[in-house]
Amino acid sequence: MIELLLILCIVAAIIAIESKNLLSSIISLGGVGFSLAIIMLFLSAPDVAFVQILVEVVMLIILIRATINRDVTEVKCKREFFGMIFGMALVTVLLGILLMGIQTLPEFGTALVNASAESVPAKYYIENGLAQTGSANIVTGVLLDYRAYDTLGEATVLFTAIIGAIAILRKKKTNE
Amino acid sequence: MNVPIIYTLCMILFSVGIYGIVTKKNVVKIILSILIMENALNLFILMIGYRKDGIAPIVQPGMDAAGFAASSVDPLTQAMVLTSIVIGLSMIALMVAIAIRLYERFGTFDISEIKDLKE
Amino acid sequence: MNNEKGMSEIVKAITSLVAASIMVFGINITFYGHLTPGGGFAGGLILAFLFILYYLAYGGDEELAKLPFKVNHILDSAGAIGFLFIGTLGIHFGGRFLYNFMKGGKAFHLLSGGIIPLENIAICIKVGASIFLVFTVLAVFRREK
Repeated sequence: MIELLLILCIVAAIIAIESKNLLSSIISLGGVGFSLAIIMLFLSAPDVAFVQILVEVVMLIILIRATINRDVTEVKCKREFFGMIFGMALVTVLLGILLMGIQTLPEFGTALVNASAESVPAKYYIENGLAQTGSANIVTGVLLDYRAYDTLGEATVLFTAIIGAIAILRKKKTNE
Repeated sequence: MNVPIIYTLCMILFSVGIYGIVTKKNVVKIILSILIMENALNLFILMIGYRKDGIAPIVQPGMDAAGFAASSVDPLTQAMVLTSIVIGLSMIALMVAIAIRLYERFGTFDISEIKDLKE
Repeated sequence: MNNEKGMSEIVKAITSLVAASIMVFGINITFYGHLTPGGGFAGGLILAFLFILYYLAYGGDEELAKLPFKVNHILDSAGAIGFLFIGTLGIHFGGRFLYNFMKGGKAFHLLSGGIIPLENIAICIKVGASIFLVFTVLAVFRREK
């Protein structure tokens, strides 16, 4: 089931990249994100699937806002033959390296089972999470208690990026 | 060669994103490619933390601790991916702002035309 | 764009009908983030969607959009400062930053998480204000040209 949804993801991604119309490619990207959310549900990650759906909607709103009502929404550059061949070659080499890399990984679905408790902090979190943080949702417990510094840094990144976007988009009245 | 098919598909999704970044000239297409790469990476991290027939890492009332610890999936990867998704959202906002500024300045999304116009 | 403000009467009526439920849903997701799936990010995004829905349905013009712009700036900073303040209280009570000093309460109840619900609320305010800020920035600054 996950494989089928992943193939759907790949097809939607190729359509998003190769489509001539910017609006249809953005909507194809929505296809990638939403099927990814379903995959996350199959991987028993309801928190992440929830946030993924919401973030995907915000992304689509922002990206459509950026491209709609522009004069050109069509991509009208001629395909460069050399560039395509070069890109294909690069991607093939890179894919080969990645496939060599993933052979060293444990088999799908067994990473947590075979590992010892000392080497995997997740086991500690699962065993002691409810007792130590009082949070039944262990993901929230990890996010806001064990690793709250991560969340603090993430809030900082969000704050900085939003301020940066406003500073870029703001027009000075004296300039124009 | 023992290549797990599910990781392979994930890596192909990642490669599609790299192909888009290398070959496309439209700024919006490049942003979309970066998004695809980010999605593939998030999925890969989640897949590593998965346990076969695992349950979500949420304790229900009346669940014994030992049984939960033996069957729950990895909560740490989920927390990391949650953080990564929100950071990706803010990144998109910044990139789209830059793209809009480029369009207002040069009247096009095409980076090779922008390079010509600058001189 | 279109001259008449906002969308049709049907959309406006539906919006005012569902607004209360969306708000309750977002607040519920935020408060019970430590017991059920969800949390500050999801709740904040849902609340931001509520305001975006209002904005789209009622067609906020520039004056309408500039007021939430200032309020949003304040809320955005208030969420971040609130998170830091809760973290600093941990130094006072427990000796280190972001210490969970309010532990206790029965498991599977709202008060069992200590400072986790409070941090969720701070993050919810911050994320919701940020997302709506991005939307208003993209919507308003484009029209000003």
